[in-house]
Amino acid sequence: MDYLLQGFFQGLVLLFTGDPETYSAIWATVAASSLSMTASLVIGIPLGFLLGYNKFPGKKIIRTIVDTLLSFPTVVIGLLVYAFLTRHGPLGGTGLLFSISGVAIGQTLLGLPIIIAMTAAAVEALDKRLPMTLITLGANPRQMMWASVLEARYSIMLAAMAAYGRIVSEVGISMLVGGNFKWHTRTITTAIALETSKGEFTMGIALGITLLAVALTVNILATGLKKKAVQ
Amino acid sequence: MKRLITLSIALLVVLSMVLPASAGKTLMMATTTSTANTGLLDELIVPQYMKDTGVEIKFLAVGTGKALKMAENCDVDVVLVHAPGAEKAYMDKGVLIDRVELMYNDFVIIGPESDPAGVKGMNVAEALKVIAEKQAVFASRGDNSGTNKKELSLWKAAGMAVPEKAAWYIQTGQGMLPTINIANEKNGYTMTDRGTYIKYADTNGGNPPLKVLVEGDKVLFNQYSALAVNTKLCKDAQYDLAKQYISWMASPATQKAIGDFKLLGKKLFIPNAK
Repeated sequence: MDYLLQGFFQGLVLLFTGDPETYSAIWATVAASSLSMTASLVIGIPLGFLLGYNKFPGKKIIRTIVDTLLSFPTVVIGLLVYAFLTRHGPLGGTGLLFSISGVAIGQTLLGLPIIIAMTAAAVEALDKRLPMTLITLGANPRQMMWASVLEARYSIMLAAMAAYGRIVSEVGISMLVGGNFKWHTRTITTAIALETSKGEFTMGIALGITLLAVALTVNILATGLKKKAVQ
Repeated sequence: MKRLITLSIALLVVLSMVLPASAGKTLMMATTTSTANTGLLDELIVPQYMKDTGVEIKFLAVGTGKALKMAENCDVDVVLVHAPGAEKAYMDKGVLIDRVELMYNDFVIIGPESDPAGVKGMNVAEALKVIAEKQAVFASRGDNSGTNKKELSLWKAAGMAVPEKAAWYIQTGQGMLPTINIANEKNGYTMTDRGTYIKYADTNGGNPPLKVLVEGDKVLFNQYSALAVNTKLCKDAQYDLAKQYISWMASPATQKAIGDFKLLGKKLFIPNAK
């Protein structure tokens, strides 16, 4: 049991003394997750809106596919992205394998279905009179999308937080596509996997606490944003 | 629904009562990835030991660093590892006892056939110096395993500081086969034990992308030993079973079987129990 307490205090020490290895892993985590969150939101919100707002043949099938992708195992995504980016793969010339950008591509595939599905659900749940009202006010399709997305902003923010939670905690994509290179692509989660594989449980717990602290900071910021939005 | 849940719980309870009873004796072993990756344990040791003694071996292939830690945490009964220095440190701590040397192979430095740094045929110290000078990619496991410890000692023996934060020196933090694959992706070099290399060559149809470039230097000798967990620190450790297993490994019949274990016609381990 000692190592749990020890890990807790060591985690605090690592954070407050600015340990370069820890901050390198934090930086890799923040860099990859920021890239993938931005991509997921930019691509996912419009797609989610289209899926939730419109009626078209095959809509149910697409919904089912998106919902299935919600439970895509991260190692399988990692494997797929690796297979495309390897030197002998179709995108081998891009040099994205073992890079933060490569990890972000995989994480985007992880985050996108969450954003799409939850945005679609949020748009569907909007007041049915909203489109009518907007049309009578003379809104064009783009303005209608903006108004609907704005109306659903809290649900979309929830979607973003759910996606962030999955992205920041995943280990399969980061390990396979990033390669866990020290000082380069080692994220907090792959560092935890490595420390545990070395038998360094204390260090693993310390890093776990660090990851929780990062998540807490992000959530506090998000809550702050939400409060601002309400006022 | 409720009945289904009750039924499954009942089934689980029954299973959990029956399974351990029918399982017989089990020896828990922590070992390095090389003994597992090569198939030595799955194909030879585990079934043969079961046949000879009726004892099942459950092994975890984790690398020497963690194997030793697992022994210290009383999670296993015996370890099969290859880092004499670290083994001695754990014996001094009283965690492990009865060290018996069982077999050896050697380490090799492998790299692309084109050999971008031109190290083929050099001794280890020269090769590492040239790789560092030309900043050719070198993939290190960086995971505290026996192989990683050996590699770090070779940089020091070559009179250099262990590279850190250098763009060409990649610390993968992963096992031997993933690290070999990363070296290949990066068109670079790495150091591996010969057993894992032969296995890698075998899975690549005998013509692997990375070739052995540096070998035969006597600093590359790689000794494997088994050690029992000390019951003074871990009172639940099955010392008698561990002891039986170690002497079985050192017995002439097993030693001969280890020597006959081959892939691509090459010996993976050479028995040397005294």
